[in-house]
Amino acid sequence: MEDTITTEPMVRVTRLKKVYESSGRRVEAIGDVTFSVARGEFACIVGPSGAGKTTLLKCLAGLLQPTSGTVELEGTPVTGPPPGMAVVFQEYGRSLFPWKTVQQNIDLPLRQKGLPRPERERLTAEALTAVGLADVSRAYPWQLSGGMQQRVAIARAVAYEPHVLLMDEPFAAVDAQTRAELEDLVRSLWKTLGITTLFVTHDIDEAVYLGERVLVLSASPTHILEDVPVGLPVDRDQVTTRSTAGFAELRARVHRGIQDAKAGRQSTAQSIVGTAQ
Amino acid sequence: MTARGLTAPQRIRRPRLPRAPLVGIVIAVVAAELIPRSGLFPAGTLPPLSSVLAELCREAGTSALWQALGRTVRTWAIGLVIAVAAGVVIGVVIGLVPVLRAITASTVEFLRPIPSVALIPAVILIFGTGSQSGVVLIVYAAFWQVLLQVLYGIQDIDPVAMETARSYRFGTWATVRHVVWPTALPFVFTGVRLAASVALVLAITAELVIGTPGMGQLISVAQSSGATTRMFALVLLTGVLGVLVNVAFRFAERGVLSWHPSVRRAR
Ligand SMILES: Nc1ncnc2c1ncn2[C@@H]1O[C@H](COP(=O)(O)OP(=O)(O)OP(=O)(O)O)[C@@H](O)[C@H]1O
Ligand SMILES: [Mg+2]
Repeated sequence: MEDTITTEPMVRVTRLKKVYESSGRRVEAIGDVTFSVARGEFACIVGPSGAGKTTLLKCLAGLLQPTSGTVELEGTPVTGPPPGMAVVFQEYGRSLFPWKTVQQNIDLPLRQKGLPRPERERLTAEALTAVGLADVSRAYPWQLSGGMQQRVAIARAVAYEPHVLLMDEPFAAVDAQTRAELEDLVRSLWKTLGITTLFVTHDIDEAVYLGERVLVLSASPTHILEDVPVGLPVDRDQVTTRSTAGFAELRARVHRGIQDAKAGRQSTAQSIVGTAQ
Repeated sequence: MTARGLTAPQRIRRPRLPRAPLVGIVIAVVAAELIPRSGLFPAGTLPPLSSVLAELCREAGTSALWQALGRTVRTWAIGLVIAVAAGVVIGVVIGLVPVLRAITASTVEFLRPIPSVALIPAVILIFGTGSQSGVVLIVYAAFWQVLLQVLYGIQDIDPVAMETARSYRFGTWATVRHVVWPTALPFVFTGVRLAASVALVLAITAELVIGTPGMGQLISVAQSSGATTRMFALVLLTGVLGVLVNVAFRFAERGVLSWHPSVRRAR
């Protein structure tokens, strides 16, 4: 069992398609998406607003049933929320329970896992220390700033010891300074813990800065436009990394990919219609 | 990044006696004293507040009053507990199962507006004239208040919180306990407060109409024996009971819902 796991990808998405159908309205959110993510990889998914990024992530997380296609986690098809996965939601404020303290918010998923109390206390304390919030463990989420709340949501996910961490535009609602801090936090957590990470964003710079690989999504119905490996060094820095020629080149490449797709949208759209008929 | 002082919500001490309500009370007391003395009402039908209070003090020395009060409170409490328990359990089940919600919606809308008082004859036929009839009426009236609030509360559950619970693989019981119940709790409190008032009204009404022992029956006896002042003293006491019940629930609410925005603001 062990040796097969090391060779097969952590996440494998095959011909995924998701159509929302409600009271006559039909939205094809995801057209046809196929990709896989290797064990320990940090992959960023970029796409314009409404591209179906959240939809894709929810299909991966087993929260949404795809219309067709499959998602596999460590070789097992995903039909509901799988055990080895944690999600940091786009609406982090609403995803923390206001009636629980920071500590209880992190502890609750661990209790569902059936971990013994000392183990839970250790994991909670470690996660809070890792995100730099050890001193607010007894505060309530609503007593914290937005950036701190997002750290709590990340700590909760990390304490869960997932094999795969999914993050949906986690820093879209915080200021630039906090955002840079949180980006470095996520990078360092990934480096030290080696969790396979899928990070969704609409920010090309953020995707290139964070990822070892960037998947560029088209507007919906979504397909993958480009799969760009990021050859930047593992140790990154907000100032120096972002000013390197390599960074600029990658950013330009992702930009161009999106622009090309926009320019060629007419023809691709027609060809999709053509094949469908 | 320091978070000192965040760990415990700060309680701001408010002035002990707020002035505006006090003015209102003084006006009411003066009116209750002067209007009966004004001669607007036939002599002996509406005693002034001072004599009502004096009568109440005299009555407080008799065991009959306390026995009646105890009976009324007991009927009220039993009915309320049953109604709240049934309202919460049935509300959570109906609220979480969309099919049940759809099936019961029209029935609830039909049964809810029936005034419980209209059921008194039927209840006497089925349950007799004992205190259980009062309990049944209270349960019927109070149940809807709780049920409706629980249903509102469940509608208020944040889908993101629900998805969080789902993605961390919370079981049904854990979801109800850690997500559904805390969200519904503020609504449950409102429901219980409304139910408590309605239940008190029905406890007294049942005693007045059916004649089961309690405050309502004492009031009825006082009226028929011409003891008007005593009757008003008893009425005043039921009013005090209602206020106490409301205040007690508000205090409990504040303690339990310290995390809730409405209570946070009030601090
Ligand atoms: N529950 C739903 N019912 C119907 N349509 C939906 C639903 N959720 C999303 N959609 C549609 O699917 C498409 C993709 O939505 P999605 O939320 O996945 O986009 P996104 O890439 O996450 O956008 P953003 O960057 O703004 O978060 C949109 O056109 C949206 O209108
Ligand atoms: Mg989204």
